[in-house]
Amino acid sequence: MPDKDQALLKVTGLKRYFDVSQPFLNRLLERRKRQYLKAVNGVSFTIKQGETFALVGESGCGKSTIAHLVVGLFPPSAGKIEFDGIDLTTLNNRAQLRPVRRRMAMIFQDPYASLNPRWRVNNIISEPIKAFGLLNGRQAIVQRTSVLLEQVGLSPQDGAKFPHEFSGGQRQRISIARALAGEPEFIVCDEPTSALDVSVQAQILNLIKNLQKKFGLSYLFISHDLAVVRHIADHVGVMYMGRLCESAPVKALFENPRHPYTRLLLDTIPDIEKMGRECAPPQGEIPNPLNPPAGCAFHPRCPQTTDHCICNRPKLENMASDAKVACFQAF
Amino acid sequence: MWWIRACGSIWERLTVMGDSAHPTEGLSLRKGWRIAGTLKRLTDSDIFYSFYHSPVTVIAVFVTLLMIGSALTAPWIAPHNPFDLASLDLMDSHIPPAWEDDGDKRYLLGTDDQGRDVLSTILYGSRISLMVGFLSVIFSMVLGVSLGIISGYAGGLADVLIMRIAEIQISFPAILIALLVDGVLRTLIPNAHSERLAVIVLVFSIGISGWVQYARTVRSSTMVEKNKEYVQAARVIGIHPVLIMTRHILPNVMGPVLVIATIHLAVAIITEATLSFLGVGVPPTQPSLGTLIRIGNDFLFSGEWWITIFPSAALAILVLAVNLLGDWLRDALNPKLR
Amino acid sequence: MHILRHVGWVKRSKTYQILMNGEFRFATPTLHLNTETCLSMLKIENLTIRFDTRYGPLTAVDNVTFEVRPGEVFGLVGESGAGKSLTGQAIIGLLDPPGYIAGGQISLEGVRIDNLAYNHLRALRGRKIGMIFQDPLTSLNPLYTIGKQLTETILTHTSVTTAEAQQQAIALLTDVGIPGAAERINQYPHQFSGGMRQRVVIALALCANPQLVIADEPTTALDVSIQAQILSLLKQMCREHGAAVILITHDMGVISQVAQRVAVMYSGRLVEIGDVRQIVKHPKHPYARGLMGSIPSLHHQVDQLTQIDGAMPRLTDIPPGCAFHPRCPECFDLCREKRPVLKKIANSHIACWLYAQEAHHAG
Repeated sequence: MPDKDQALLKVTGLKRYFDVSQPFLNRLLERRKRQYLKAVNGVSFTIKQGETFALVGESGCGKSTIAHLVVGLFPPSAGKIEFDGIDLTTLNNRAQLRPVRRRMAMIFQDPYASLNPRWRVNNIISEPIKAFGLLNGRQAIVQRTSVLLEQVGLSPQDGAKFPHEFSGGQRQRISIARALAGEPEFIVCDEPTSALDVSVQAQILNLIKNLQKKFGLSYLFISHDLAVVRHIADHVGVMYMGRLCESAPVKALFENPRHPYTRLLLDTIPDIEKMGRECAPPQGEIPNPLNPPAGCAFHPRCPQTTDHCICNRPKLENMASDAKVACFQAF
Repeated sequence: MWWIRACGSIWERLTVMGDSAHPTEGLSLRKGWRIAGTLKRLTDSDIFYSFYHSPVTVIAVFVTLLMIGSALTAPWIAPHNPFDLASLDLMDSHIPPAWEDDGDKRYLLGTDDQGRDVLSTILYGSRISLMVGFLSVIFSMVLGVSLGIISGYAGGLADVLIMRIAEIQISFPAILIALLVDGVLRTLIPNAHSERLAVIVLVFSIGISGWVQYARTVRSSTMVEKNKEYVQAARVIGIHPVLIMTRHILPNVMGPVLVIATIHLAVAIITEATLSFLGVGVPPTQPSLGTLIRIGNDFLFSGEWWITIFPSAALAILVLAVNLLGDWLRDALNPKLR
Repeated sequence: MHILRHVGWVKRSKTYQILMNGEFRFATPTLHLNTETCLSMLKIENLTIRFDTRYGPLTAVDNVTFEVRPGEVFGLVGESGAGKSLTGQAIIGLLDPPGYIAGGQISLEGVRIDNLAYNHLRALRGRKIGMIFQDPLTSLNPLYTIGKQLTETILTHTSVTTAEAQQQAIALLTDVGIPGAAERINQYPHQFSGGMRQRVVIALALCANPQLVIADEPTTALDVSIQAQILSLLKQMCREHGAAVILITHDMGVISQVAQRVAVMYSGRLVEIGDVRQIVKHPKHPYARGLMGSIPSLHHQVDQLTQIDGAMPRLTDIPPGCAFHPRCPECFDLCREKRPVLKKIANSHIACWLYAQEAHHAG
């Protein structure tokens, strides 16, 4: 067991490019070059033991791609992912990956697509137990699934049912139970509540938080909802166009946002406490990720743009109190 | 459809207990209730509802089951054994159906040129037809579904290879492929075995001509399913790709496959009949419906219509019933048409 | 589905023709403005929407009553399945079969519109009531340029020449903040980004100057920074055109920013209607209170969010009495037996037995 304050997950210079070129014949005839979508373009962060690290950003900023890279759904184009000191990118067969995979789990966004509709809940939850060979014997597995179902607030009798018999919130609980089945230390939550209604979202967020306390879990929490992030995270990374533009402890980020994009996000969320107050909406749209702007990717929408921003790309620099910002104007 | 509803309500009363039973009771009892529960889900499902609200389908299923049942039990229910050469009497040949003036009560639908009872040959013939049909459908289905899943899940080179072969094959009519394969196999197999292997050769050639449809359908549904999060969840745990394909994706792509298989059954029976009619199918000593039609065809113009009309009618009814069943299944399983 | 709906329409318009030939003519829904209707431009009384299934009818919207005043933004909030979108569809007559209006009245400026024949209903759509859907991609026809879609709509509803309609369309697109409207008018929907498309949809909804715009989750498919743009545009445009808006959403944040009055729905029933400030700051109905408490705050961190246990009942098993009682922390015997009706308490209307006494004293 790694001790506290030690980095459990360390991601350095992570990149993932997707080949979105036209088919070969079209390229040849239309004389086009290969095109790459730079979904993740050099991202580094660390997650400490027992901490919740949240990645926020708008759609297409690459936050979900990072989640998929971390759990190994596809390999990174460049960069390192170190889990408890083991570099995952150097492990390339299933046998080597198995012990690491047991210690990680994932909770998905869509509760309707994340459970196999043809499987009973018991089988869904016990799949990781069987896959990692954690328990032997039918009786032991049945007992374990009952315990897991109770831990997520369902009854053991629900195990015999099929997923379509449950509501969205209950399905997300099943998904969480499956994630807990392998007794992981680290769970990647990919927008776990964005498909749910607010009252159900509150239930799931409370559950996720309680489980963290109970099992000492660490989370990588992907979300587009800043209020949810504020509630659940210890440390937040804000992403824009495949890069981190600010990374700071949650309190610092919300009380003293340094990057103009973070400020823009905070200003524009409809907030029930700022009721009726008219605020000027930000101008501009997210640029086409296939053809990102030169220099700082945010410069076309930034109120403080200078010529320097248009030509040069700012690096993520250390600021006071564990915060990092990628902006020339933040100093 | 009062009788179906009556059965339904009795059934419901029986199965309500299954649903409310406690799953913590004894194991054997629990299993029983679980089966009852599954059956109740089936009778409650939309498919079952649309089934007994479609009289045509109910009749089609009835006819199909009747034909399959009588084919299976042919040795017991057929009035004669047309393959028992000892019982055949050439004196009994060319007898018209029983209700005609020259008819014989022993032969309800008349006899053919060798004195075989037409009704019995139809019963025995549909046995061969159905067997060849089912076996070739299963063969195509297994081949097509596995190639389709591999193609859709693996992508890349495997996908390109499989799909190009499929495209080449689909540009020829299926019957042509079947004829070609059949011809090639026949020349390869020594004459001594040809009679014994005829059915297997037929199943193989009909089966190989039909896999493309399965492969293409399964490939496209696999490509949809493999991007769903439950497949990702299995990949995160590190489940082997073969297990993901068979245990996760396969059950979820089988819906359309069942529809194709039903319609394909009708096509396979027709193909077999066509090949047999052309003389390259099963040997005349083990006649299928197609062979019977061909034999009878020679006597059609001498006024002995019954030898060919009755097997033809049997074939038409069987194929029509199976086709109607397939059509209904396609509509019932397609959420867009509901 | 589309084909089916189309067939349905044809059938409905045919019955209408038969009625016409049989000397039974509908009066065109002209304005009968009287003093009474000035206060409420849209009035919905006891609206009930049902679905016939083979298990019997399911009541998806149950006895809903509210009114919308001219020029206001009226919010309709609730969780998915609460019946808020169905209410919106019923107002504009776009209820998909097998859903149908089983009871109640909808009247626009004093004229009943829930029983109109198809032809009149079509005249009403666009001209009197505009609609903005959640997904801007599917609410625009991908085969026509946005210019064609806009001018066609303008031409159907107003008597202007094609050139004038073209001019109006360009002006409208400029108004909704599309840069280079004169050039972009000849582009197809797929050439616009999500936010821009939603702007086009707003222009389309407003092009015949309707008195009422129904916006069904207009920003759910958009990112936050774009959402803010669209909301402020919607608000500004409707103010300029003098149109009232029914904003259907699940997001209390959006409602609190834009709406003046709010109705909260739960499992097909209204639980609370009132001033937005009242409902956001001091919700009375236990469901509204739970809903507000379950929204995580941006300003202070709490350890646990208030949660309402359980989930909204399915339409097939709505409990007797108050539909919320199995989840309600303050439920008592009466709640399980009798269904509460909307009662006026201070400035708002609440359907809850907790306040029945209060209402009795007040009334």
